[in-house]
Amino acid sequence: MESAISIFLEGRNLARLMEGVWITLKISAASVLLSVVFGLLVGLLMISRKPALQAATRFYLEAIRVMPILVLLYMFYYLPDKNWGLHFEAQTVAIGVFTLWGTAEMADLVRGALTSMPAHQRESGRAIGLTEGQVNRYIIIPQAVRRLIPGVINLTTRMIKTTPFIYFISVPELLKVGQQIVEISGMKNNMASFWVYGFIFFLYFLMCYPISCFSAYLEKKWQN
Amino acid sequence: MAVARPVLKITGLHKRYDQLEVIGNLSLEVRKGEVLVVIGPSGCGKSTLLRCINGLETIQGGDIELNGQSIIVGHTRWNLVRQQIGMVFQSYDLFPHMTVLENILLGPMKAQGRERAEATKEAEAFLDRVGLLDRKDSFPRQLSGGQKQRVAIVRALCMNPEIMLFDEVTASLDPEMVREVLDVILGLAEQGMTMLIVTHEMAFARAVADKIVFMDQGSIVESAPPDIFFQNPVSDRARKFLNIFQFEGVKKEERHND
Amino acid sequence: MFLGIETEFIAKALPLYGQAAWRTVWVAACGVALSLIIGLFCSLARYYRIPGLKSLAAAYIELARNTPLMIHLFFLYYGLPRVGLTLDGITCGVIGLAFLGGGYMAEAFRAGLEAVSRAQIESGLSLGLSRRQMVRYVILPQALAVAVPAVAANTIFLMKETSVFSIVAVADLVYVFRDLIKEGHSNENLFLLTIFYLVIILPVSILFNRWERRLRRDGIGH
Repeated sequence: MESAISIFLEGRNLARLMEGVWITLKISAASVLLSVVFGLLVGLLMISRKPALQAATRFYLEAIRVMPILVLLYMFYYLPDKNWGLHFEAQTVAIGVFTLWGTAEMADLVRGALTSMPAHQRESGRAIGLTEGQVNRYIIIPQAVRRLIPGVINLTTRMIKTTPFIYFISVPELLKVGQQIVEISGMKNNMASFWVYGFIFFLYFLMCYPISCFSAYLEKKWQN
Repeated sequence: MAVARPVLKITGLHKRYDQLEVIGNLSLEVRKGEVLVVIGPSGCGKSTLLRCINGLETIQGGDIELNGQSIIVGHTRWNLVRQQIGMVFQSYDLFPHMTVLENILLGPMKAQGRERAEATKEAEAFLDRVGLLDRKDSFPRQLSGGQKQRVAIVRALCMNPEIMLFDEVTASLDPEMVREVLDVILGLAEQGMTMLIVTHEMAFARAVADKIVFMDQGSIVESAPPDIFFQNPVSDRARKFLNIFQFEGVKKEERHND
Repeated sequence: MFLGIETEFIAKALPLYGQAAWRTVWVAACGVALSLIIGLFCSLARYYRIPGLKSLAAAYIELARNTPLMIHLFFLYYGLPRVGLTLDGITCGVIGLAFLGGGYMAEAFRAGLEAVSRAQIESGLSLGLSRRQMVRYVILPQALAVAVPAVAANTIFLMKETSVFSIVAVADLVYVFRDLIKEGHSNENLFLLTIFYLVIILPVSILFNRWERRLRRDGIGH
């Protein structure tokens, strides 16, 4: 145990791990925010009555769902650079690809929240003489938001759990930092990989679990 | 005529949910071939009574005997007890993933370990009697409410139970389907099936019952043969309850004044 | 050219990707199969509130669902040998996937089990079925039908997650891709990588879709 603690106290190891946490959280937060904004728009397009729009958004959703995110990352990392000389920072690629994926997921949540609304909700709103705008404002949107929020929070934890993928395009996120620490400390301390990776496991749990609990709490609270 | 032995005998039954007493010191006997109809206001404990008999609720006091054997005292193997008690619920609850015939055969074949051929023959005979033989390979979703409830009755009958319990079996049916289900139960009564029926259908209760048991607030207020009970209820509470089913014409006065 | 592709290179690399795809498929299949077993076991332990096992299952599910696969793999492959347990890459991959997937599948089955109504259970009880018969004939068939869409989503998710297996030296599609792209030909390699994932995942996705549609038509499940 002593040897474990010494790894984290040595040099800037702990500080570097925290920097890794920061990058992970920063990229997740940026991607979730962008996904929510674009997802709301795409979600509304999905329920539009224009067949072309429906088909296009559906294709987008299915295409994203069927492709591993890692493949998308590689695509956006190499294609623009090698073909058109457009070089993007790895972190920019990460946020771009995560947003592309998050937008699809968010759009599907929006579609689900709106289409699962029973028709009589809108009808009873009209029946008491509300205008279409009032029906949306007082009846549909408040209920849709309640259905959406747990999903959005879940998307956040999913985003955090997806960030390790950017290890593959060399962003110094948590795992990469951990690996570097292991490479150096491992020479002196052969338990380094056990403790460092164990600690990172714990850090991820610490980031995701409270958010999961909050989402489950809201879901339960709003169920009725 | 010799008095038939009691199939079901309940003595001093107590049922509580936490502090709330649902049934208090209730005693009841159903003899072989007898049809008892339990009526009373909602929440009087009549459905709970049926559920206690079938072990779906634990009881806090008293005893229940089936054919002279206590099913409360000692170690009760409820699955064996339930094989002798047929219960039909308000919401039919057929198994949605099985056909009509599979629904009916599940109990006889799995719980009782009977042969498929023999059980099928019996099931088909029962289905024929309730007019649903041609639907034996249908799934529950393809049936009307009344048809589902008739299948549920056959499902219970096919276990060859000692007694049948009916828990408001027509309460969630459309009015035009109530009759077909009640006719099946009337048919059973004619054939001498022992039954304990909870219902809100007063005319049916009167027609089918050997004895009416009126319950209120967890105990039996009065019990009497149907003609006596419906014409001259002894207790105030029974009279009040029966009045719910009577309507006075409110427009009569106006018409006279015209 | 806008996106130049050299067919010569493709022809040369195709067998390498083909082999890797096959490896990806069977490692994923093992992982998914194990995760289904773990998931079913955990969901039943919780559903029947089996003392001890119930809380163990709950804790495991939270751990699996709140941590990424890559860190499971790093810990299994690089961490465990330090405490005397050395596993090869493929074993790590399968265990990691099963650990992750078990948590997700457990939640899918739990939702299915909870969807079987109290009335259905009482209906089975009143037929005199034993506890085991209830599970087998009444509860599980309905619960599994309800769980199919979630199981489908989880299966696709787990298949996609195998894309990280190259970090534990499993020679999967990404491994071949990373190896070959060092020499250039990024367009060709990306093309092959994409196509092979489509070939693996698309059929599974389509099959599940059909199954879900059939269940919906039959009115079982949601």
